[in-house]
Amino acid sequence: MKPKVAFYWCASCGGCEEAVVDLDEKILDVANAVDIVFWPVALDFKEHDVEAMPDGSILASFINGAIRNSDQLKMAKLLRAKSQVVVAFGVCAQLGGIPGLANLSDAKGVYAEVFKDGVTPERLYKNNGHSLTLPEFYDTVVELGRVIDVDYYVPGCPPTPKIIGAALGALLGSELPPKGTVLAPDQALCEECPRKDTRPEKMLLKEFKRVHQVVADQQTCLLAQGLACLGPGTRAGCEALCPRGNMPCTGCFGPTSRVRDYGAKALSALASVIDSDDEAEIARVLDAIPDPAGLFYRYSLPSSFLGRRRME
Amino acid sequence: MPETFEPKIVAFFCNWCTYLAADLAGTSRIKYAPNTRVVRVMCSGRVDPQFILDAFAKGADGVLIGGCHPGDCHYQEGNYKMLRRFVLLKRLVKQMGIEDDRLRLEWISAAEGERVKTVINDMVAKVRALGPRAVACQKEVA
Repeated sequence: MKPKVAFYWCASCGGCEEAVVDLDEKILDVANAVDIVFWPVALDFKEHDVEAMPDGSILASFINGAIRNSDQLKMAKLLRAKSQVVVAFGVCAQLGGIPGLANLSDAKGVYAEVFKDGVTPERLYKNNGHSLTLPEFYDTVVELGRVIDVDYYVPGCPPTPKIIGAALGALLGSELPPKGTVLAPDQALCEECPRKDTRPEKMLLKEFKRVHQVVADQQTCLLAQGLACLGPGTRAGCEALCPRGNMPCTGCFGPTSRVRDYGAKALSALASVIDSDDEAEIARVLDAIPDPAGLFYRYSLPSSFLGRRRME
Repeated sequence: MPETFEPKIVAFFCNWCTYLAADLAGTSRIKYAPNTRVVRVMCSGRVDPQFILDAFAKGADGVLIGGCHPGDCHYQEGNYKMLRRFVLLKRLVKQMGIEDDRLRLEWISAAEGERVKTVINDMVAKVRALGPRAVACQKEVA
């Protein structure tokens, strides 16, 4: 019998599902090697089908997205019980991701922003004798590992086909990697960046530029050109997709294993290269970074030390 | 706010200047508020922003960093590196809802024992006025 595999999405954009489909014909190899028993975006299996399975009967569940409501929490716990291995798939499940930026606000703030002039959904809705209860929308978004035990992490927004292929290979291989492993190379992105050789020995910058203010040179190190490239603080594995597209790294592969708070470390790396000893000038240079939390915690706010903005 | 609120302040003092100043304050029998927990580091440039955020996350009401005066760093430019990170970190912690007075950087030379007292007393008073820093409030969803 082929090993059983499940895919599920929580608070995410659907890009991680797309990434699985992006395996192209390799998806047929996956389908040959495993039996996909649950994948709401593509296959018609329901929650009660999963509930009916014996505990531990699924070899691996790939869960993408952060946890931001009670339904996602329930499904994460259900899949955890039914699976031998749970893989946090993509940076939202790993570190909180883009939905995690909601932690700069709270449930009330998010509702006010999203449903500003429209109809705000009520948790309990009644019509014609029928009633519908919506999941509870939490004030705080958390990463998957905070609510269930996670065995492996596949980073990326979304994970690239190569990373997914390597991860599947590692999980179907004879020897499983140690629990807690992030299934991507444990080195900085600069190591696989085609612009690496143009990176100056001693990086010193008089100013930062934002991407819309400059046409970046195609070959030179983006950070050396003054763009806030987070490659030096980000894990490799994507083969420098963004720098190849002439855009600075935004850090979606998260930190390497030595770093505990991605944003703090990325901030440290970027600030240190400012070529000034004068506080006023440093402040002026940093004005080109108007939203430090959004830049440095773009993908990792829930898993950072502070986790969220202080609630009033 | 409870009447008895005593702020907890984590202080990172560099080995060559500010820590010696705190030492001098001690041997000179200078009295100052007992609210700081001093962590001795070799250089203010060694103070990783991760240490500061970790301190806040673990319940510190304030974080104070002390280094050598500009130009006096034992390692030439460690204090400048701290300054650059500090300016950016200040903006980040503000976005996270941490008030300005809770994070402070001071240059204090080995001869300035009196200044250790002034700075610590001033910071303790300001943080006391702000009240306890509510720790992250990560909602228990599990």
